[in-house]
Amino acid sequence: MYPSEYLYSRDHEWVKVEGDVAVVGITAFAQEELGEVVFVELPEVGQVFDAGDEIGTIESVKAVAEVFTPVAGEVIEVNHGVVEDPALLNEDPHSEGWLAKIRYSSAGDLESLMNAEDYERFTQSGETG
Amino acid sequence: LLNERGTYLDDLLVYRLGAEDFLLVVNASNSERDAEWVLRHAPADVEVADVSERWALIALQGPRAVGILSPLTDVDLGAIRYYGFAHGRVDGHRALVSRTGYTGEDGFELYLDPDAAAPVWRGLLAAGAASGLVPAGLGARDTLRLEAGMALYGHELDETTTPWEAGLDRVVKLDKGDFLGREALVRQREAGVPRRLVGFDVTGRGIARQGHPVLVDGRTVGVVTSGTWSPTFERALGMAYVESALAEPGRDVEIAVRERPVAARLAAIPFYRRPR
Repeated sequence: MYPSEYLYSRDHEWVKVEGDVAVVGITAFAQEELGEVVFVELPEVGQVFDAGDEIGTIESVKAVAEVFTPVAGEVIEVNHGVVEDPALLNEDPHSEGWLAKIRYSSAGDLESLMNAEDYERFTQSGETG
Repeated sequence: LLNERGTYLDDLLVYRLGAEDFLLVVNASNSERDAEWVLRHAPADVEVADVSERWALIALQGPRAVGILSPLTDVDLGAIRYYGFAHGRVDGHRALVSRTGYTGEDGFELYLDPDAAAPVWRGLLAAGAASGLVPAGLGARDTLRLEAGMALYGHELDETTTPWEAGLDRVVKLDKGDFLGREALVRQREAGVPRRLVGFDVTGRGIARQGHPVLVDGRTVGVVTSGTWSPTFERALGMAYVESALAEPGRDVEIAVRERPVAARLAAIPFYRRPR
């Protein structure tokens, strides 16, 4: 269910590393918890964040959730498609529903993330609040 | 249920079971406080008991409610008016069947012995499956009551709001004798109601939710009491208290959604009225 080449945060973001760029999105678990997504707000290209900073919000029928970047760096691209069509986040969170591409400044940020197997166990542990 | 200030302790239903026998159906979260209030103010010849533990309630809501319930009950459902009730049996269990609910749709609330609740629930689901009956939680109920413009305790109603402000004039009878809060209500009516409940549609991007400020020209003129995404209308909408002079449907306002001003337009409530 969770792509094995991705890394995962305890806040339910995924990271796909492409060279010096980290593609960031939210996991299938997160979108399932949120329910039908109706609005997505993303950062501006060129904004610089520390790891753990809020880079956007996702509003569903039921709730609003912040998106945190698991890596520090500069936003080089955002997914306008998911802003236009928020349902992409529900339908394809791990691919078409990506949120932002960040040129990360420290590979160390990646080391604290989980692999797919650990993340899946984490979602089943009941400590995901 | 008002206090001396004419503001809401709770919003409740009163069933007149007999000439001098009344059942109050209150919000569960307020039941202890309500019981204490009623006990404290009851004259000596009135007996009051908290019977919350003896009743369970299942709401069957929607335009097909009559069709689903009819085969399971000996009660003549057609004879029960909106907000009326009758005693009978549902799926073999004793029940008080009431034509009420908080969805804005036709439907019934079934008051049962707690032991009967689970079997009746299962019996209803089985009988209604072919008609599309499904379990629905508070989230769904909250969306429906909001679309129907129904005030909910803890949102539109609380100890800071009066019936005039909430637009509930129709349930207040000033000509039927004294009651707690009457004097305060008369006073507020004479002095003028400072704010009124009004609907809104979000025309910008975002969902306004409880507590978000309503702005006109950058000035806070009100506050959102309920807001959600409406699946029926496919837009964000809600209700807010707004200064009376400004609380007119059609007025363009902004709502600060997590500090960010989002365009909205005041609207008449209810948003949805069921076909009758």
